[in-house]
Amino acid sequence: MLRPIPDTTIFDLRLSRRGYRLNQLCAALCSPEEREAFKRDEQAFMARFDLTAEEKDLILKRDFQGLIEAGCNIYFLLKIGSATGNGLYRMGAQMRGESYEAFLATRKIRGAV
Amino acid sequence: MARIVGGLGLSHVPSIGPVVDRGRTQEPAWKPLFDAYVPVREWLAKMKPDVAIVVYNDHAADFTFDKYPTFALGVAERYLIGDEGFGTRALPEVTGDAELSTHLAQALIYEHEFDLTLCQKIAVEHGFLVPMNLCFAHGPSGWPVRAIPLQVNVIQHPLPTARRCYRLGQALRAAVETYPEDLKIVVMGTGGMSHQLQGKRFGYMNEKFDQWFLDQLESDPEALARITHQEIMEQAGAEAVELIMWLTMRGAVSPRARRVHRNYYAPMTTGMGLITFEG
Repeated sequence: MLRPIPDTTIFDLRLSRRGYRLNQLCAALCSPEEREAFKRDEQAFMARFDLTAEEKDLILKRDFQGLIEAGCNIYFLLKIGSATGNGLYRMGAQMRGESYEAFLATRKIRGAV
Repeated sequence: MARIVGGLGLSHVPSIGPVVDRGRTQEPAWKPLFDAYVPVREWLAKMKPDVAIVVYNDHAADFTFDKYPTFALGVAERYLIGDEGFGTRALPEVTGDAELSTHLAQALIYEHEFDLTLCQKIAVEHGFLVPMNLCFAHGPSGWPVRAIPLQVNVIQHPLPTARRCYRLGQALRAAVETYPEDLKIVVMGTGGMSHQLQGKRFGYMNEKFDQWFLDQLESDPEALARITHQEIMEQAGAEAVELIMWLTMRGAVSPRARRVHRNYYAPMTTGMGLITFEG
Protein backbone atom coordinates (compact mmCIF):
# COMPACT_ATOMS: atom_id res chain seq x y z
CA MET A 1 0.00 0.00 0.00
CA LEU A 2 1.12 3.55 -0.67
CA ARG A 3 1.95 5.96 2.13
CA PRO A 4 1.49 9.75 1.83
CA ILE A 5 4.49 11.77 0.62
CA PRO A 6 4.80 15.42 1.72
CA ASP A 7 3.84 18.08 -0.86
CA THR A 8 2.81 15.35 -3.28
CA THR A 9 -0.49 14.09 -4.63
CA ILE A 10 -0.52 10.40 -5.50
CA PHE A 11 -3.00 9.78 -8.27
CA ASP A 12 -4.72 6.59 -7.21
CA LEU A 13 -8.00 4.99 -8.15
CA ARG A 14 -9.92 6.73 -5.36
CA LEU A 15 -8.75 10.12 -6.59
CA SER A 16 -9.33 9.09 -10.21
CA ARG A 17 -12.96 8.28 -9.42
CA ARG A 18 -13.38 11.66 -7.82
CA GLY A 19 -11.78 13.49 -10.74
CA TYR A 20 -13.33 11.38 -13.48
CA ARG A 21 -15.54 14.12 -14.95
CA LEU A 22 -12.73 16.69 -14.80
CA ASN A 23 -10.43 14.29 -16.60
CA GLN A 24 -13.08 13.62 -19.25
CA LEU A 25 -13.29 17.38 -19.87
CA CYS A 26 -9.49 17.53 -20.23
CA ALA A 27 -9.41 14.59 -22.60
CA ALA A 28 -11.95 16.34 -24.84
CA LEU A 29 -9.39 19.13 -25.34
CA CYS A 30 -7.33 16.78 -27.53
CA SER A 31 -8.97 18.16 -30.66
CA PRO A 32 -8.62 21.61 -32.22
CA GLU A 33 -12.40 22.08 -32.51
CA GLU A 34 -12.92 21.33 -28.82
CA ARG A 35 -10.10 23.65 -27.80
CA GLU A 36 -11.78 26.41 -29.81
CA ALA A 37 -15.11 25.62 -28.16
CA PHE A 38 -13.50 25.82 -24.72
CA LYS A 39 -11.81 29.14 -25.51
CA ARG A 40 -15.04 30.55 -26.98
CA ASP A 41 -17.25 29.78 -23.98
CA GLU A 42 -15.81 28.02 -20.95
CA GLN A 43 -19.16 27.87 -19.15
CA ALA A 44 -20.91 26.20 -22.05
CA PHE A 45 -18.02 23.80 -22.46
CA MET A 46 -17.94 22.90 -18.78
CA ALA A 47 -21.72 22.37 -18.74
CA ARG A 48 -21.23 19.23 -20.85
CA PHE A 49 -19.26 17.42 -18.15
CA ASP A 50 -21.54 17.39 -15.09
CA LEU A 51 -19.04 19.29 -12.94
CA THR A 52 -19.85 20.63 -9.48
CA ALA A 53 -19.87 24.40 -8.91
CA GLU A 54 -16.58 24.00 -7.00
CA GLU A 55 -14.93 22.16 -9.87
CA LYS A 56 -16.02 24.81 -12.37
CA ASP A 57 -14.68 27.47 -10.07
CA LEU A 58 -11.29 25.77 -9.91
CA ILE A 59 -11.08 25.83 -13.70
CA LEU A 60 -12.24 29.46 -13.95
CA LYS A 61 -9.69 30.51 -11.35
CA ARG A 62 -6.90 28.46 -13.02
CA ASP A 63 -6.29 26.93 -9.60
CA PHE A 64 -4.00 24.14 -10.77
CA GLN A 65 -3.12 22.68 -7.38
CA GLY A 66 -6.82 22.78 -6.43
CA LEU A 67 -7.61 20.83 -9.59
CA ILE A 68 -4.89 18.26 -8.80
CA GLU A 69 -6.40 17.79 -5.35
CA ALA A 70 -9.86 17.47 -6.90
CA GLY A 71 -8.62 14.47 -8.86
CA CYS A 72 -7.44 16.01 -12.10
CA ASN A 73 -4.46 14.00 -13.27
CA ILE A 74 -1.45 16.18 -14.13
CA TYR A 75 -1.18 14.86 -17.69
CA PHE A 76 -4.85 15.64 -18.26
CA LEU A 77 -4.57 19.01 -16.52
CA LEU A 78 -1.82 20.04 -18.96
CA LYS A 79 -4.52 20.31 -21.64
CA ILE A 80 -6.38 22.98 -19.66
CA GLY A 81 -3.03 24.64 -19.09
CA SER A 82 -2.31 24.68 -22.78
CA ALA A 83 -5.78 25.95 -23.73
CA THR A 84 -5.46 28.82 -21.24
CA GLY A 85 -1.89 29.84 -22.10
CA ASN A 86 -0.37 28.22 -19.02
CA GLY A 87 2.43 25.88 -19.98
CA LEU A 88 3.81 23.29 -17.58
CA TYR A 89 6.34 25.63 -15.97
CA ARG A 90 3.77 28.36 -15.35
CA MET A 91 1.47 25.79 -13.78
CA GLY A 92 4.35 24.44 -11.72
CA ALA A 93 5.39 27.87 -10.48
CA GLN A 94 1.83 28.48 -9.29
CA MET A 95 1.72 25.10 -7.54
CA ARG A 96 4.99 25.95 -5.78
CA GLY A 97 3.56 29.32 -4.80
CA GLU A 98 6.13 31.38 -6.71
CA SER A 99 6.27 33.60 -9.76
CA TYR A 100 7.26 32.09 -13.10
CA GLU A 101 10.52 34.05 -13.02
CA ALA A 102 11.33 32.91 -9.49
CA PHE A 103 10.73 29.31 -10.53
CA LEU A 104 12.92 29.60 -13.62
CA ALA A 105 15.70 30.98 -11.44
CA THR A 106 15.80 27.64 -9.61
CA ARG A 107 16.55 25.70 -12.84
CA LYS A 108 19.97 24.76 -14.23
CA ILE A 109 19.45 25.52 -17.94
CA ARG A 110 16.61 27.93 -18.35
CA GLY A 111 16.81 27.92 -22.14
CA ALA A 112 15.68 24.30 -22.29
CA VAL A 113 12.01 25.16 -22.73
CA MET B 1 14.47 -16.67 -35.93
CA ALA B 2 13.81 -13.17 -34.62
CA ARG B 3 16.09 -11.86 -31.92
CA ILE B 4 16.49 -8.84 -29.68
CA VAL B 5 19.75 -7.17 -30.66
CA GLY B 6 19.64 -4.15 -28.40
CA GLY B 7 17.84 -2.23 -25.70
CA LEU B 8 17.62 1.47 -24.93
CA GLY B 9 16.47 3.22 -21.77
CA LEU B 10 15.66 6.84 -22.52
CA SER B 11 13.53 9.70 -21.31
CA HIS B 12 10.50 11.11 -23.08
CA VAL B 13 9.93 14.78 -22.35
CA PRO B 14 7.21 16.62 -24.31
CA SER B 15 9.29 19.75 -24.94
CA ILE B 16 11.72 17.70 -27.07
CA GLY B 17 9.06 17.30 -29.81
CA PRO B 18 8.81 20.98 -30.76
CA VAL B 19 12.60 21.33 -30.43
CA VAL B 20 12.99 18.69 -33.16
CA ASP B 21 10.17 20.14 -35.29
CA ARG B 22 11.55 23.66 -35.15
CA GLY B 23 15.16 22.70 -35.78
CA ARG B 24 16.41 23.86 -32.36
CA THR B 25 18.50 20.78 -31.55
CA GLN B 26 21.82 22.63 -31.82
CA GLU B 27 20.87 25.44 -29.43
CA PRO B 28 23.14 25.49 -26.36
CA ALA B 29 20.36 24.37 -24.00
CA TRP B 30 19.53 21.31 -26.11
CA LYS B 31 22.81 20.38 -27.80
CA PRO B 32 24.10 18.29 -24.86
CA LEU B 33 21.01 16.09 -25.11
CA PHE B 34 21.09 15.59 -28.87
CA ASP B 35 24.88 15.18 -29.01
CA ALA B 36 24.54 12.12 -26.78
CA TYR B 37 22.35 10.51 -29.44
CA VAL B 38 24.87 10.93 -32.29
CA PRO B 39 26.77 7.72 -31.39
CA VAL B 40 23.48 5.99 -30.54
CA ARG B 41 22.11 6.73 -34.00
CA GLU B 42 25.36 5.45 -35.56
CA TRP B 43 25.10 2.29 -33.46
CA LEU B 44 21.49 1.79 -34.55
CA ALA B 45 22.33 2.48 -38.19
CA LYS B 46 24.99 -0.25 -38.01
CA MET B 47 22.62 -2.71 -36.31
CA LYS B 48 19.79 -1.96 -38.76
CA PRO B 49 16.90 -3.15 -36.59
CA ASP B 50 13.75 -4.16 -38.45
CA VAL B 51 11.39 -3.42 -35.58
CA ALA B 52 11.44 -1.28 -32.42
CA ILE B 53 9.18 -2.31 -29.55
CA VAL B 54 8.51 0.91 -27.66
CA VAL B 55 7.48 0.53 -24.02
CA TYR B 56 5.87 3.84 -23.18
CA ASN B 57 2.95 5.52 -21.50
CA ASP B 58 0.26 7.63 -23.06
CA HIS B 59 -0.30 11.09 -21.56
CA ALA B 60 -4.05 11.35 -22.09
CA ALA B 61 -3.85 11.62 -25.86
CA ASP B 62 -5.59 8.32 -26.54
CA PHE B 63 -6.16 6.43 -23.28
CA THR B 64 -8.65 7.81 -20.76
CA PHE B 65 -9.92 6.55 -17.43
CA ASP B 66 -13.07 5.05 -18.99
CA LYS B 67 -10.93 1.94 -19.36
CA TYR B 68 -7.33 1.97 -18.32
CA PRO B 69 -5.31 -1.10 -19.26
CA THR B 70 -2.29 -2.13 -17.20
CA PHE B 71 -0.41 -3.38 -20.27
CA ALA B 72 -1.70 -2.61 -23.79
CA LEU B 73 -0.01 -3.98 -26.91
CA GLY B 74 -0.50 -2.47 -30.35
CA VAL B 75 -1.47 -5.12 -32.90
CA ALA B 76 -2.12 -2.83 -35.89
CA GLU B 77 -0.56 -2.34 -39.32
CA ARG B 78 -0.04 1.35 -38.58
CA TYR B 79 -0.36 3.87 -35.75
CA LEU B 80 -1.70 7.41 -36.02
CA ILE B 81 -0.01 10.51 -34.64
CA GLY B 82 -2.05 11.70 -31.67
CA ASP B 83 -3.08 15.16 -30.50
CA GLU B 84 -2.31 15.41 -26.80
CA GLY B 85 -3.84 18.84 -26.42
CA PHE B 86 -1.17 20.89 -28.22
CA GLY B 87 -1.97 19.96 -31.83
CA THR B 88 -0.87 17.07 -34.02
CA ARG B 89 2.81 17.08 -34.93
CA ALA B 90 3.60 16.88 -38.64
CA LEU B 91 5.13 13.41 -38.46
CA PRO B 92 4.55 10.42 -40.70
CA GLU B 93 2.34 7.65 -39.38
CA VAL B 94 4.17 4.80 -37.75
CA THR B 95 4.22 1.50 -39.60
CA GLY B 96 3.67 -1.44 -37.28
CA ASP B 97 4.26 -5.15 -37.73
CA ALA B 98 0.89 -6.76 -37.16
CA GLU B 99 2.20 -10.29 -37.76
CA LEU B 100 4.87 -9.91 -35.11
CA SER B 101 2.37 -8.26 -32.75
CA THR B 102 0.01 -11.20 -33.23
CA HIS B 103 2.77 -13.64 -32.43
CA LEU B 104 3.80 -11.64 -29.35
CA ALA B 105 0.20 -11.48 -28.14
CA GLN B 106 -0.22 -15.24 -28.46
CA ALA B 107 3.11 -16.09 -26.88
CA LEU B 108 2.79 -13.59 -24.05
CA ILE B 109 -0.79 -14.58 -23.20
CA TYR B 110 -0.65 -18.37 -23.76
CA GLU B 111 2.94 -19.21 -22.86
CA HIS B 112 3.95 -16.50 -20.42
CA GLU B 113 0.55 -15.69 -18.92
CA PHE B 114 0.68 -11.91 -19.28
CA ASP B 115 -2.93 -10.81 -19.79
CA LEU B 116 -2.40 -7.96 -22.22
CA THR B 117 -5.03 -5.65 -23.64
CA LEU B 118 -4.73 -5.82 -27.44
CA CYS B 119 -5.26 -2.63 -29.42
CA GLN B 120 -6.08 -2.34 -33.12
CA LYS B 121 -6.03 1.45 -32.98
CA ILE B 122 -3.59 3.61 -31.06
CA ALA B 123 -2.67 7.23 -31.66
CA VAL B 124 0.87 7.63 -30.36
CA GLU B 125 2.19 10.79 -28.73
CA HIS B 126 5.31 12.17 -27.06
CA GLY B 127 5.84 9.16 -24.80
CA PHE B 128 6.38 7.11 -27.94
CA LEU B 129 7.40 9.71 -30.51
CA VAL B 130 10.12 11.56 -28.62
CA PRO B 131 12.20 8.38 -28.18
CA MET B 132 11.63 7.64 -31.88
CA ASN B 133 12.75 11.18 -32.77
CA LEU B 134 15.85 10.87 -30.63
CA CYS B 135 16.91 7.54 -32.16
CA PHE B 136 15.75 7.65 -35.77
CA ALA B 137 15.48 10.23 -38.53
CA HIS B 138 12.11 10.13 -40.25
CA GLY B 139 11.50 11.03 -43.88
CA PRO B 140 8.39 12.65 -45.32
CA SER B 141 6.72 9.29 -45.78
CA GLY B 142 7.95 7.19 -42.92
CA TRP B 143 10.40 5.92 -40.34
CA PRO B 144 13.42 3.69 -40.92
CA VAL B 145 11.99 0.98 -38.63
CA ARG B 146 8.64 -0.59 -38.03
CA ALA B 147 7.49 -0.01 -34.46
CA ILE B 148 5.15 -1.66 -31.97
CA PRO B 149 3.74 0.32 -29.02
CA LEU B 150 3.48 -1.36 -25.62
CA GLN B 151 1.61 1.04 -23.36
CA VAL B 152 1.95 0.70 -19.58
CA ASN B 153 -0.20 2.21 -16.83
CA VAL B 154 2.26 4.34 -14.88
CA ILE B 155 -0.21 7.08 -13.93
CA GLN B 156 -3.23 5.61 -12.12
CA HIS B 157 -2.25 3.60 -9.04
CA PRO B 158 -2.31 0.64 -8.54
CA LEU B 159 0.42 0.33 -11.19
CA PRO B 160 2.13 -2.88 -12.20
CA THR B 161 5.12 -3.55 -9.96
CA ALA B 162 8.66 -2.94 -11.17
CA ARG B 163 9.27 -6.67 -11.00
CA ARG B 164 6.21 -7.39 -13.14
CA CYS B 165 7.55 -4.97 -15.74
CA TYR B 166 10.95 -6.70 -15.61
CA ARG B 167 9.32 -10.14 -15.99
CA LEU B 168 7.31 -8.82 -18.95
CA GLY B 169 10.60 -7.88 -20.59
CA GLN B 170 11.99 -11.37 -20.02
CA ALA B 171 8.81 -12.86 -21.48
CA LEU B 172 9.06 -10.50 -24.44
CA ARG B 173 12.57 -11.79 -25.15
CA ALA B 174 11.41 -15.40 -25.03
CA ALA B 175 8.40 -14.57 -27.21
CA VAL B 176 10.55 -12.84 -29.83
CA GLU B 177 12.85 -15.85 -30.01
CA THR B 178 10.03 -18.15 -31.10
CA TYR B 179 9.09 -15.95 -34.07
CA PRO B 180 10.23 -17.75 -37.22
CA GLU B 181 11.05 -14.72 -39.38
CA ASP B 182 14.64 -13.53 -39.26
CA LEU B 183 14.11 -10.10 -37.69
CA LYS B 184 16.36 -7.83 -35.64
CA ILE B 185 14.50 -6.11 -32.85
CA VAL B 186 15.34 -3.35 -30.41
CA VAL B 187 13.35 -2.63 -27.27
CA MET B 188 13.03 0.89 -25.93
CA GLY B 189 12.08 1.52 -22.30
CA THR B 190 11.03 5.14 -21.98
CA GLY B 191 10.15 7.70 -19.34
CA GLY B 192 11.46 9.81 -16.47
CA MET B 193 13.94 9.81 -14.82
CA SER B 194 13.44 11.85 -11.64
CA HIS B 195 10.65 14.38 -11.88
CA GLN B 196 7.59 15.61 -10.07
CA LEU B 197 5.02 17.73 -11.86
CA GLN B 198 2.56 18.67 -9.12
CA GLY B 199 2.30 20.01 -5.61
CA LYS B 200 4.79 22.16 -3.74
CA ARG B 201 7.36 19.56 -4.73
CA PHE B 202 6.96 20.44 -8.43
CA GLY B 203 10.35 20.47 -10.13
CA TYR B 204 11.99 18.06 -7.69
CA MET B 205 14.89 16.10 -9.20
CA ASN B 206 17.48 13.75 -7.74
CA GLU B 207 20.54 13.14 -9.89
CA LYS B 208 22.10 10.86 -7.28
CA PHE B 209 19.10 8.54 -7.45
CA ASP B 210 19.06 8.66 -11.25
CA GLN B 211 22.76 7.73 -11.49
CA TRP B 212 22.22 4.93 -8.96
CA PHE B 213 19.28 3.66 -11.03
CA LEU B 214 21.47 3.60 -14.16
CA ASP B 215 24.23 1.77 -12.25
CA GLN B 216 21.80 -0.83 -10.96
CA LEU B 217 20.08 -1.25 -14.29
CA GLU B 218 23.45 -2.14 -15.73
CA SER B 219 24.89 -4.29 -12.94
CA ASP B 220 22.01 -5.86 -10.99
CA PRO B 221 18.59 -5.49 -12.64
CA GLU B 222 17.16 -8.41 -10.63
CA ALA B 223 17.79 -6.46 -7.43
CA LEU B 224 16.60 -3.20 -8.97
CA ALA B 225 13.33 -4.88 -9.94
CA ARG B 226 12.52 -5.20 -6.24
CA ILE B 227 12.23 -1.41 -5.90
CA THR B 228 8.76 -0.24 -4.86
CA HIS B 229 6.69 2.57 -6.31
CA GLN B 230 6.87 4.20 -2.89
CA GLU B 231 10.69 4.24 -2.96
CA ILE B 232 10.83 5.67 -6.47
CA MET B 233 8.27 8.38 -5.72
CA GLU B 234 9.87 9.39 -2.43
CA GLN B 235 13.38 9.53 -3.80
CA ALA B 236 12.80 10.73 -7.35
CA GLY B 237 9.37 12.39 -7.44
CA ALA B 238 5.86 11.06 -8.03
CA GLU B 239 6.09 11.09 -11.82
CA ALA B 240 9.41 9.20 -11.79
CA VAL B 241 7.51 5.91 -11.44
CA GLU B 242 7.69 5.85 -15.24
CA LEU B 243 11.11 4.32 -14.64
CA ILE B 244 9.50 0.92 -14.15
CA MET B 245 9.22 0.80 -17.95
CA TRP B 246 13.03 0.81 -18.23
CA LEU B 247 12.98 -2.53 -16.44
CA THR B 248 10.90 -4.05 -19.23
CA MET B 249 13.66 -3.09 -21.65
CA ARG B 250 16.33 -4.50 -19.30
CA GLY B 251 14.41 -7.76 -18.97
CA ALA B 252 14.23 -8.00 -22.75
CA VAL B 253 18.00 -7.88 -23.30
CA SER B 254 20.35 -10.58 -22.07
CA PRO B 255 21.30 -10.46 -18.37
CA ARG B 256 24.90 -10.38 -19.64
CA ALA B 257 24.19 -7.65 -22.21
CA ARG B 258 26.99 -5.15 -22.68
CA ARG B 259 26.25 -1.54 -21.82
CA VAL B 260 27.22 0.63 -24.79
CA HIS B 261 26.14 4.24 -24.18
CA ARG B 262 25.21 6.23 -21.11
CA ASN B 263 24.31 9.88 -20.65
CA TYR B 264 22.50 12.13 -18.20
CA TYR B 265 21.18 15.66 -18.68
CA ALA B 266 18.78 17.46 -16.36
CA PRO B 267 18.28 21.03 -17.56
CA MET B 268 14.79 21.91 -16.29
CA THR B 269 12.43 19.59 -14.43
CA THR B 270 13.20 16.05 -15.61
CA GLY B 271 16.30 13.92 -15.34
CA MET B 272 16.84 12.85 -18.96
CA GLY B 273 18.75 9.60 -18.93
CA LEU B 274 20.08 7.46 -21.71
CA ILE B 275 21.50 3.96 -21.52
CA THR B 276 21.90 1.33 -24.21
CA PHE B 277 22.65 -2.39 -24.15
CA GLU B 278 23.75 -4.79 -26.83
CA GLY B 279 23.06 -8.51 -26.87
